[in-house]
Amino acid sequence: MKFPPDLRYSQNDEWIRVEGDAASVGLTDYAQDQLSDIVYVDYSATPGTKVSKGSGFATVESVKAAADVYMPVDGEIVEVNKALQQKPDTLNSDPFGEAWLAKIKVTDASQVAGLMDATAYEKFCQERHS
Amino acid sequence: MSYAGSFIPHTEAEREEMLKAAGAGSLSDLFMDVPAKHRFPKLNLPEPLTEMEARGELESISAANESTNEVLSFLGAGAYSHYVPAGVDTILRRGEYYTAYTPYQPEISQGTLQAIFEYQSLIVALTGMDASNASHYDGATALAEAINMSRVIHRGERRKVILSPGLNPQYRATVHTYEQGFDTTLVGEDSDLNAAPDALIELIDEQTGIVCVAYPDFFGRIYDYSNLAAAAHAKGALLAISVNPTALGLLKTPGEMGADIVTGEGQPLGIPLSFGGPYLGILATKQDYVRSLAGRLVGETVDSKGQRGYVLTLSTREQHIKRERASSNICTNQGLMMLAATVYLSLLGKQGLKQVAESCYHKAHYAADAIGKLKGYKLKFPDIPFFHEFIMESPLAAAELNRRLLEHGIIGGYDLSLDYAALKNCSLLAVTEVTSKEEVDFLVETLAEVSRG
Amino acid sequence: MVEPLIYDLGAPGRRGVAFPEPDVPLADLPAAHLRSELPLPEVGELEALRHFTRLSQLNHSILTGFYPLGSCTMKYNPVINEDTARFAGFAHAHPLQPIEMVQGSLAIMYHLQEWLKEISSFAAVSLQPAAGAQGELAGVMMIRAYHADRGDSKRNKILIPDSAHGTNPATSSMSGYRVVEIKSDPRGNVDLEALKSECDETLAGLMLTNPNTLGLFEEHVEQVIAAVHGAGGLVYGDGANMNALLGICRPGDLGFDVLHINLHKTFTTPHGGGGPGSGPVCVAEHLVDFLPGPISGVVIEPTEGDAPVYGWVMPKKSIGRLKAFHGQFGMHVRAFTYILMQGAEGLRAVSEYAVLNANYLKEKLKGFYHLPYDRTCMHEMVLEGRWPDAPGVRALDIAKRLMDFGFHPPTNYFPLIVHDALMIEPTETEDKATLDAFVAAMLQIAEEAHSNPELLHGAPHTTKYGRMDEVRAARQLVLCCDFRS
Repeated sequence: MKFPPDLRYSQNDEWIRVEGDAASVGLTDYAQDQLSDIVYVDYSATPGTKVSKGSGFATVESVKAAADVYMPVDGEIVEVNKALQQKPDTLNSDPFGEAWLAKIKVTDASQVAGLMDATAYEKFCQERHS
Repeated sequence: MSYAGSFIPHTEAEREEMLKAAGAGSLSDLFMDVPAKHRFPKLNLPEPLTEMEARGELESISAANESTNEVLSFLGAGAYSHYVPAGVDTILRRGEYYTAYTPYQPEISQGTLQAIFEYQSLIVALTGMDASNASHYDGATALAEAINMSRVIHRGERRKVILSPGLNPQYRATVHTYEQGFDTTLVGEDSDLNAAPDALIELIDEQTGIVCVAYPDFFGRIYDYSNLAAAAHAKGALLAISVNPTALGLLKTPGEMGADIVTGEGQPLGIPLSFGGPYLGILATKQDYVRSLAGRLVGETVDSKGQRGYVLTLSTREQHIKRERASSNICTNQGLMMLAATVYLSLLGKQGLKQVAESCYHKAHYAADAIGKLKGYKLKFPDIPFFHEFIMESPLAAAELNRRLLEHGIIGGYDLSLDYAALKNCSLLAVTEVTSKEEVDFLVETLAEVSRG
Repeated sequence: MVEPLIYDLGAPGRRGVAFPEPDVPLADLPAAHLRSELPLPEVGELEALRHFTRLSQLNHSILTGFYPLGSCTMKYNPVINEDTARFAGFAHAHPLQPIEMVQGSLAIMYHLQEWLKEISSFAAVSLQPAAGAQGELAGVMMIRAYHADRGDSKRNKILIPDSAHGTNPATSSMSGYRVVEIKSDPRGNVDLEALKSECDETLAGLMLTNPNTLGLFEEHVEQVIAAVHGAGGLVYGDGANMNALLGICRPGDLGFDVLHINLHKTFTTPHGGGGPGSGPVCVAEHLVDFLPGPISGVVIEPTEGDAPVYGWVMPKKSIGRLKAFHGQFGMHVRAFTYILMQGAEGLRAVSEYAVLNANYLKEKLKGFYHLPYDRTCMHEMVLEGRWPDAPGVRALDIAKRLMDFGFHPPTNYFPLIVHDALMIEPTETEDKATLDAFVAAMLQIAEEAHSNPELLHGAPHTTKYGRMDEVRAARQLVLCCDFRS
């Protein structure tokens, strides 16, 4: 299971990659593994909408489960990854790369620092997997 | 054991051995978690009967009914007498179908799963939609579920729902019940019965989620809803059409007219009247809205051996996964009734369903023509095409007319004044393929006679 | 060879059943409204009947084998029920006939209502709900109507234990309520402290399944109910598990305000491959006026020696009707027939033997499968379908392997609070030999899980069909066949 060191992580299993005041957001490898084969992605928010930290902006479904994806920090959605709706399995095969879910403009950069780093998140996952 | 109706196979020796294994001295010992003061209440119920006695008892209760097998009937209004081929019940009585449950384990449930897939295909063929669910409770709840779907499709926005007054009043009442927990505005029910459905167009606005109409409508009238569909879509609203599936053996499909959701009562497809249930809810939609469909759906796939097979699919829509976020709480479908419709449509097929639909049409028109010529009687909507039901306006109140008809051994039509203040002295008569020319003639003669008295 | 689809059978022009030509003069068809094609099958009668008979043989069913599907009460459905429901007077009764003509049907409904009241200790019953889920909906709507009627508008939340069936939260949302989950305590009961902390002036009610989905009788049921009542809330009982309580304990006596009963579980109406169900809803005195209707009632009291006249009664403040007509009447006849053959003593025996069978299985299996709540169970119990020393084997593998022994698997992955749950409900109609054979299979599987896990991963081996590719079904949706080709 992968925990890329350059990312920050939320307790809801989202990752965020910050590049200046822009960022991309996705689901972690742990999350996709828990969900198993993902068959559907749906966005409840569109580009231009402001989404606050902890609010849902997408739903991801496998055969057996449905999971809401929450925004790890406050931000405005710039782009959603429409390609995933055609190829939801990318979320399983490349969760940290091709399968980003949204690109956002971060409203409050200080919130990013409040998220877990890779080491803390890996520990968090291990603790849950008892 | 002394009681008569036992389906419990245990011998005394087995019981004792099992109690010992379970660490209990007696059966009563198993219930120590139940508060003592409420444990083992004495139930006041009739003494148990053996199967032979129970059959006799039920036979005599059944005989206390004077049903449509004994008395000539022109009642319809949402439940119709049709001939059911013997093959339908032959299949329904197979224990492999009726004693199975929801096909959770596809490896050992392919019979039910494939039957559902075939049902879904037949309903798609009949309605002109892209996908059907595995069935719903009945026509009323299917309509309520269409409104639930609209809420999901519009993501909770567009709280206005337009209901045509030509929808079955019991279906509209069911919608009112279902919508109690939501902030929905239901409009349109009091609109003019004489106006064509295009009159509903002016009610459609940017707040409208869905427009609901019936085809044929509750009064048997046939309308083309293409303009209504276009008007709804122009404002971003959906159109749901509640159908009688027998009529679709003859009539243009709702799909051709632009419907987004088709609901309906499947009882005419091989299901006995049975005093109002169990019946069959039809619920079908277009490809775009498949994920918003309520209820079970079956999809095609392959098994580990590469064989074509079927599974319940898209179950993430449903309550057992979505829990409080599910749009509907339905778990089951009307499995066995779905099977009845599937066998019925297969046995009748392309020619048979058309033949039944045409037969209903011709007989109803024969009756309407004759009644329209009777002194004192007239047809309420003589210029509007109708299927197998029509409104007869009589010289006396429908309740009194029906009382007099019954004295002559005829169950008259449905008294419309019960639901529509504007339809005084009006009854809704249904004529299907099971009614003969002589029986219609007898009705017409009797109508003439009772209006004189 | 797989069974072809009905659309793959037949030939153009072939017909199954013919109908007589109309004996009336033909009317003009409405040309503008006619459909251009009717793409239905064209098969012969024998061809169709063979098709549906062969399909039936691909099903596991109660009549073909043991079906210990937890929470579903898959017990014997007496075949006499199938006869009585089809008696001509019932089968051909139109739901809108004048009441004088359908006194038989109304009497069936009336007496069934009376008996269900007696069995559950409630003041009134409506047979309207089409299924358990609709009974639940009726129950929660009545709770809502009750508070609204008292002008108590602050109450907006429903409490639901974490062991509850998914319909409970879905129903609450459908009724416009916010759902708050209450955790279970280590003995599998509702955690009383957690419950009490939510009992405030915003509480509308609690939905409680008793026995719960772990098959355990709620040890503090009276305290739980008192806590909710103390805060002004009402308690809804999910009667899914009534098969454990007949003549044992009446929910109304425990203080429940409303309860639904599944006729298709407890009262032997068949499950029909997923319906029709029937979910009568029973209420205490203070909710009688809110029941869905119409209900069968006595409209003319009997004079000496005569039968009463039954008719339709709409409760004064009814939440309304839940469906067209009067409920799943054919199921009412079946349940009536069943109760008529049991009597009070018979019904108590049903629950006693259902509970005996479950405890027998529990004791035989618990050394080999982890039993997370080791108490006397009621009519069902929940095991864990996994072992620390057999990683990789999951409940699903055990379930699939059971099919090789001719058994339907237990419910798996529910309730959610047990890892890899296997929920087993044997019912009272299974004999000891069947249970012993099931135990033998379960023990062999437990052994195989450790010695030969691959055997489980590849299961089932002896069924006509292997595991289905559910991911493919969801990703490449095919929901109907191509009937035009």
